[in-house]
This record gives sequence, C-alpha cells and structure tokens, in this order.
Amino acid sequence: MDDLLADFLTETNEGLASLDAALLQLERNPANGAVLSEVFRTVHTIKGTCGFLGLPRLEGVAHAAENVLGLWRDGSLPVTPAGITLILSAADRFKQIVAGLEATGNEPAGDDGPLKAALDAAASGEVAPAEAVADAALPFAETAMPEIQADTTVTGGNAPQTIRVAVDVLEELMVLVSELVLTRNQLMQLARAEENAAFAVPLQRLSQITSDLQDGVMKTRMQPIGNAWAKLPRLVRDLSNDLGKRIELEMRGADTELDRQVMELIKDPLTHMVRNSADHGLETPEQRRAAGKKETGRILLNAFHEGGHIVLQIGDDGRGLNTDRIKAKVVAQGLATEAELATMSERDIQRFIFRAGFSTAAEVTSVSGRGVGMDVVKTNIERIGGTVDLTSREHKGTTFSIKIPLTLAIAAALIVEAGGERFAIPQAGVLELVRVGGGDGPKVERIKNSAVLRLRGQLLPLVPLKHVLQLEQAPSQHESEGFVVVTQVAGQLFGIVVDRVFDTEEIVVKPVAPILRHITMFSGNTILGDGSVIMILDPNGIARASGLGLEGTTDGGTMEEATTTTRRGERNTALLLFRAGAGAPKAVPLGLVARLENLDAARIERTGDSLVVQYRGTLMPLVPLDSYMTLPETGFQSVLVFGDGDRAMGLMVEEILDVVDTVLEMDSAGLRPGFLGSCVVDGKVTDLLDTSYWLKQGQADWFEPSGLTGAKPRVLVAEDSEFFRNLIVPAIMAAGYDVTTVNNGREALRLRDAGERYDIIISDINMPELDGFGLARAVRDGGAWAELPMIALSSASSPSDVERGRAAGFSDYIAKFDRDALLGSLQHCLQPMLAR
Amino acid sequence: MQTAQAMKPDERAPAGSITSDAASMMLTLSVAGQLCAVPVLSVRDVLGVQTITRIPLAPREVAGSLNLRGRIVTAVDLRCRLGLPPREAGQVAMSVVVEVGGELYSLLADQVGEVLTLNAEERSPNPQTLDASWKEFSLGVHRQGDQLLVLLDVDQLMALGA
Repeated sequence: MDDLLADFLTETNEGLASLDAALLQLERNPANGAVLSEVFRTVHTIKGTCGFLGLPRLEGVAHAAENVLGLWRDGSLPVTPAGITLILSAADRFKQIVAGLEATGNEPAGDDGPLKAALDAAASGEVAPAEAVADAALPFAETAMPEIQADTTVTGGNAPQTIRVAVDVLEELMVLVSELVLTRNQLMQLARAEENAAFAVPLQRLSQITSDLQDGVMKTRMQPIGNAWAKLPRLVRDLSNDLGKRIELEMRGADTELDRQVMELIKDPLTHMVRNSADHGLETPEQRRAAGKKETGRILLNAFHEGGHIVLQIGDDGRGLNTDRIKAKVVAQGLATEAELATMSERDIQRFIFRAGFSTAAEVTSVSGRGVGMDVVKTNIERIGGTVDLTSREHKGTTFSIKIPLTLAIAAALIVEAGGERFAIPQAGVLELVRVGGGDGPKVERIKNSAVLRLRGQLLPLVPLKHVLQLEQAPSQHESEGFVVVTQVAGQLFGIVVDRVFDTEEIVVKPVAPILRHITMFSGNTILGDGSVIMILDPNGIARASGLGLEGTTDGGTMEEATTTTRRGERNTALLLFRAGAGAPKAVPLGLVARLENLDAARIERTGDSLVVQYRGTLMPLVPLDSYMTLPETGFQSVLVFGDGDRAMGLMVEEILDVVDTVLEMDSAGLRPGFLGSCVVDGKVTDLLDTSYWLKQGQADWFEPSGLTGAKPRVLVAEDSEFFRNLIVPAIMAAGYDVTTVNNGREALRLRDAGERYDIIISDINMPELDGFGLARAVRDGGAWAELPMIALSSASSPSDVERGRAAGFSDYIAKFDRDALLGSLQHCLQPMLAR
Repeated sequence: MQTAQAMKPDERAPAGSITSDAASMMLTLSVAGQLCAVPVLSVRDVLGVQTITRIPLAPREVAGSLNLRGRIVTAVDLRCRLGLPPREAGQVAMSVVVEVGGELYSLLADQVGEVLTLNAEERSPNPQTLDASWKEFSLGVHRQGDQLLVLLDVDQLMALGA
C-alpha cells in the first residue's frame, strides 16, 4: 500500500477514535467551544488530506460535514441533537470508507448522496429527514480477502527492514532503561566498597550492556527530518496542479536529526504551512509575471540546529502578507480596535494570523482558507514548548520560523557548576572553553560593573552564571578562578562564567514542569547518569536576561519589544565610555577597540616628540587623546589599542568608565577634529571618537599597506552614512587595501558602467536610491562585475537577514562593527586572487 | 496510554461531584500540625526523604526537582505554599507525588497519614473566617475525631508561576 495512504489511514483512525467521544461531549454541552474546535479540525484535516489522495467519497462527506461544523463554530447555527446525530452518521461513514480503504486500498463503492444532502440541508438551517442518513455501505468484506492475500505474498519475498512501533512503547522503554541505568549505578557503587568482588567482572559486562542498550533506545527515537518531508514534494506537485500555479520546492537540511515524537507533532503543522504557502503565499503565474517575478514560485524548507534548538523555516517568494487586509479583518472580527491597531507594529499585526478562526483568503477553497490552519499550527507547536514566528514583506514573500526546543531530543551537554549547583549547557551553542585566573592565563577584567574577557584581540562580554541565576548570597568581587564557556547566540558571542567544568554527557532533554516554564533561563531538565536531576541552561535566555543586544534572535518573547526599531542608527551599539581631558565623556564603539591595556608608566618611552611603548615585540606609538594630559610618572596608564599585529596604535585616556549598550543617535553639532559628533548616553552628552583621525595621528603611514606586497586589492565600499564610513574605511585601509567609497548602490553601478575595476565590493544594506540588495542583484545580473565577491554589512544580522543577503547574491554577511569578521571575510573572499 | 486518557475526565471533575467509592478516598497528611487530605486518585506515590535539586529563580514555593524512577518530579513545599512557617532544621519532609495535567508534582508534607473514605455529604464548606490564603486551596472541611481536616484542591495548589 502507498506509504502516504498508510499514514493517512493511521492518522484518520486516530482522529476518528476521538471523534465520537468529542461529539457526545458536545451534545451534552453545546457551548463547549474547545471541543467544537477540535471536532472541526479533525474533520477539516480528513477533508484536506483526502483531497490530495484522490478519495472523492471521503472528501465529499467531510466537506459537507465541515460546512455544518463551520456554521456551528461561527455561532450562526445552533448545535442541536439532530445535528449531532447527522455528524455522527458522517463519522460512521468515514469509518466505513476507511475500513474499506484499509482492506482494499480503494474507496468502497457507495452512495453518499442522501447523507450529503442531509448535511447540506442542515447547513442551510433545515431539519434533516432522519431516513436520509440510513446506511449506504456495500459489503466489501468478500472482495477484501483475496486482495489481502495478494498483498502478503508480494511483500513476503521482500521482508521489510522497518516496523512500526507505537511511540508509547518506545517511551516506556526509555523510562525502563533510565531505571536500569540508575540501578546499575547503585550496584557499581556497592561493588566499589566490596573487597571480594567476585561479581565485578559480570557487573562490568552488565554495565557495558546497559550503556549500549541506553544508546540503542535513544537512537530509536531519532530520525532525520527528511522523513517528515517525504510527502511534501508530491503534495506540492498536486497543489500546483489544483491551483494552476507553478511551484518549485527546495529542501535544505533534510538530514537534521529530530526526536521522532517531536517530528510526529510537527508533521501536521508543517503540511498545513506548506499548503498555506502554496495556496495563499504564492501568486498565479500571470500575477507573478505582472509583478516582474519568475513564473515559477519557490517554497523553501530549511532545517538546522541553532543554540540548542531546532529551527524549521518554511518560506515562499510569493505576495507576502497584506497588512491592510489583516487590519480590516481584525477590526471586522472585533479582535482589536482601529486605535489599538494604530499603536501596533506591522509584525504584531501580522501575528494576528495565528488567531483561531482568522483567514484572509478571499474565498474558501478546498485547500485552505477556513481560518483553521495557522491557529492549529501554533497550538500544536506550543504544545511541545516551541515557538512560531513569521517575517513577511509584501510582494517579496513570507517565511515562517518554527523553533522547537530540544524538548525530547538527545543532546550532548557540558556539565558545569556555579554557586554550588550543577547545570547542563547544550554543547551545540558552545564554541570553546577558556580557563581564567590561576597563573598567567587570561583574566576576567572589569569595566565598572561589566565583566569582560580579552580573547585573541576581541573583548568578550561575560555573564557570570551565579549572578544571572541569583545563586550568590553576597556578590563577591574575587572570581579569581573559573571557566568561561564561550557561547554564540544569533551571531553574538558572549561568555558564561562558571566555577567548574565537569565533563560532557549525552542527556535526554525533558521539558520543565509548566509551573517553571516562565523561567527563560532553562530550556529543560534532565537526569544524569548518577540519578540526579539538573537543569539545562538556555543560552538564548541567559543572553536576553543579561541585556546583551540580541535583536537578531527570532525568539518570541523579546521579539515584541525589539522589533519596533529596525532603522539603522536606532540599533543598539556597545559603546566604550572613557574620560580624557576636560569636557564631556568620550565614547568609541567597542567593536573597533582591539584591546584595553593598563600600561606601566615606566614602560612608556619618548622618541623625539612622540611616545612609544614596547608592545608584543614591536614599538607601538601612543597618542594622548588630550594634548594637555600629563603622563603619570609611576603607576598605570589606560590605553585603548587599535589595530592588530604589526600595526597597533595606542590611545591614552585618563579613565575607562563603562561599557553601555545604547541607541546611537548622532548629533554633529560642535564638531571638532578627532570627533564625529556627540550623542546622549545615560542622559549625558558624550563625544564620539573619529577613529581614523586618531589612527593618522599615531602613524602618518597608517593607511599604507605593510604586509601586502605588489598591487593592493581594490575594495569598493558602498555606504551612505559618513559616520559608518569613518568607522569602517580606516580598518580596511589599515589592513592594506585600496579603498574607494560611494554613497549608494546607484553610484556604485555608475562606476561599473564607467569601466572601473575592483576586486571586491562591501555594501551597506539600507541606502537611499539603490539599497544593498538591489545593488547585489544588479551586479549579479551581468556586466563586468558579475563574478565579484560581495560582502553585505548590516546592523541586522539575524539568520533570516543573512538568508536574504545570500538570496540577493552576497557572498558573505557581516554585522556592522565586527571589524575582525569583516577583515577575515575580506581575506577569505580574496584568497583566490591573492594566491595568484 | 489508553487507560491514562480514560481517567482524565475523572481527574478533571470537580471534587464536589465525587460519586464513586474510589473518588471519595482521601490520603491524609499533616503540614505544620494541620491535618489535610488529598484525593487518593490523584496520588501516584508516597516517598520518604529524597535528594532534591534546587532550581534557581523558581517561585519560592518550589523546593526543587527530584527523580522518581526516571521521571522528573517538581517538588512544592506545602508549608510555604500554605503560608506556614518553614520546617525546622533537621526536620525531614515526606513526598506525596500527585499527577496534575499529566505532570508529576511532589507535595512536601511533614507526615503522611492514612487513607480514609470521606463522605462528601459530611463536608462543611470553608468557614467564613478561614485565612484567605487557605480559602484558595481548601475544598471544604471534615471533622475527624477531635481534629479538623482540610481537603486540599490539588489543581489550585499547582496553579503557580506564569
């Protein structure tokens, strides 16, 4: 039998099993909306699925029944016992047909006309004639027998490699194995105390077998997500025929492993969403042609692991969500008032599509459009502790992101200790471990109250675990020794400080109890080999709780607050605040500073007019930020180090104050050399340093290349903001590139048409006239630059932004201010050329 | 799992509508000298002293989590939940494991008593003067010899957090 059909039968049987009970419950209490919704969804799912399987009888009855249920749900028709009887007869008919399907693989013959007529009559408010629902089944048992025999003889020669096992059985096994492990551990404990251990060897064997058994049982639960996607190509093909659209389905990350149970639970939502994308998302070929798009629409499925979560994306390049239409519908359905809508962000408005009964499709089709779907999707995903989010741009398309926590999955985790308690950190998010304190190794340093770590020339913000988890009675200042777990969440690096690191263990992640779900710091809990329960940390939650600027994350909770600002210049930037000379405090973006040093004043030497210090084997020039600054005779001098390798330069300041995350709003009033302007930080006017000016002060030949010989690679930088140009360009020049800057994409293309040649293009995303995406597309479209590597530079660097960048033709996507990443990417992109 | 599903309607039924014999059986326990009871049907296990892992940032009432044969059980300290003074040092707690909405919770009590059949007709409503923090968790009061027994609403006890 067809796999698709077999799955359908299993699902339908499950649905039907609960349908009768639900209907009877509804009869007792017609006002129970939840039960009604459930009945409606069950019938809707049957209808939807059998439409694609070519089961006209089943579809016909389901459609008629759904019409009645839909009216009940909307409240336009009262739920009556007679009506319930009708739906029950429809359910009986489903069972008959399904039984026939199971036996023969085909729908049994029969006449559903009277039943459908009765249902339609009920839908139009008439009382159904009772005899209409009489049994119309034809005996199919006799015909079924030979078919079954034929089936077994066919499969007999080719024994199946897999069998279906109920998830409950696996679940039960898992619990038993856990118990076995615990008992084994107790035995081992006893054996260790025993001198004369005749049973030591068999026990060792038992222990080994137990571990293997545990592994084996865990493996039975994991499956590549591709299995859940197997039906989709056919679904999409059938949909494209039904809807008269041309659809191309692309699937990425099909081998991402997922717990079987989670997969079962997301299968339906996934199908719904693909169907939605095809039906609502994509336009007809004519509409697409008119909009200047390729006739063939694209649906992209993507699965990957991120920070201990599994992310599933379902995207299309269709028409996108029409916010105005959603608004009108929201008001019409009384979900919100015009005034409330006016205060909502576009994103919040788009999220209305997750409400029950909400559909913007103009007409009800047999595919979708009854407002059942997105709310089912959301309910099912939230049931397993996941979140679903969407990004949509009109005429460009919509992408849904489902983020499922590790809930039931098995993960390697690092076991750490902080404040006397043990915790597990999913290893997926851990980049490296750094031991701090103790001897010559790196040390945790403080800038006022923020702890940072200097790691290979980068300043890493630190989050002491004891603090965020409030495990300390009195805050102690001397975290002399410990470990830093370097973690990456949505492109942002940070370190979690712990007291001890034990080892890594394979853990079975279990969801936390509902009464603890509000604690975002944990993604679950687990039982370790020794039987103790420990909490699993969620790096996303920790980052959020410590106020690290993580606008890029696609996490539900913070999204609402964080999404209102997307314009450049309104994004948070980490600023290093310091004092030098009279007047306002000074600031420089933290990402531009390579290191902070406290130099012993005795080491500073004078050569002629300038100051130098022996630093990492070379002489580093030092420039006082304030020319009247007096050099301390003894003690220490705070220095901001810019540049790297052979080309370092130190800026002497009086005192380092703090690192703050702030919105950069520049005001260029009172402009003077060395400063880009001022901004308000913590209510105080603060001067922002012009890095390039000071670099020139340090070394006249700063912008001359040092390491590179021969022709300098030519870099074209498209960036409209002078402020950002001043930040980026010096860093690139310092690395030995020849830089040309333009204000926007249009100017860049003018240079192309003028025959200018470059080796690489770095482009901002948000620019007037022609933005970065437009530039990338124009460059890739043809012409002399079509093959040039392109790097996008943007303040928004969430995975979806990166995805858009790549789609437009960028080779790489770098967050603004990430100097090292930019230089690394430049080098990487130019490698083929430099090798010549 | 079929059996578990079949039981759900019973669990959801308010304790006031108890009809069957099993449903009127209660397990008694004492918290800071006060006699209380929970329906036997919701009890899954009674355990002695357990190793409980503390959970940072959890509500005050949550004592931590423990391992019950491979399942993680969240422990709620009844003393704290009912606004009673904390257990004295050295005094140990018993765990009464109950199932609420498919999740296991452990109620930490000072002592666990016996299983009694309590007739719903003999139950008196909450006295008007009952402490407000108790009213929320009490389904009614039974006279038990010279003592008063408070029937606890397990669902309400677990209505913690967000």
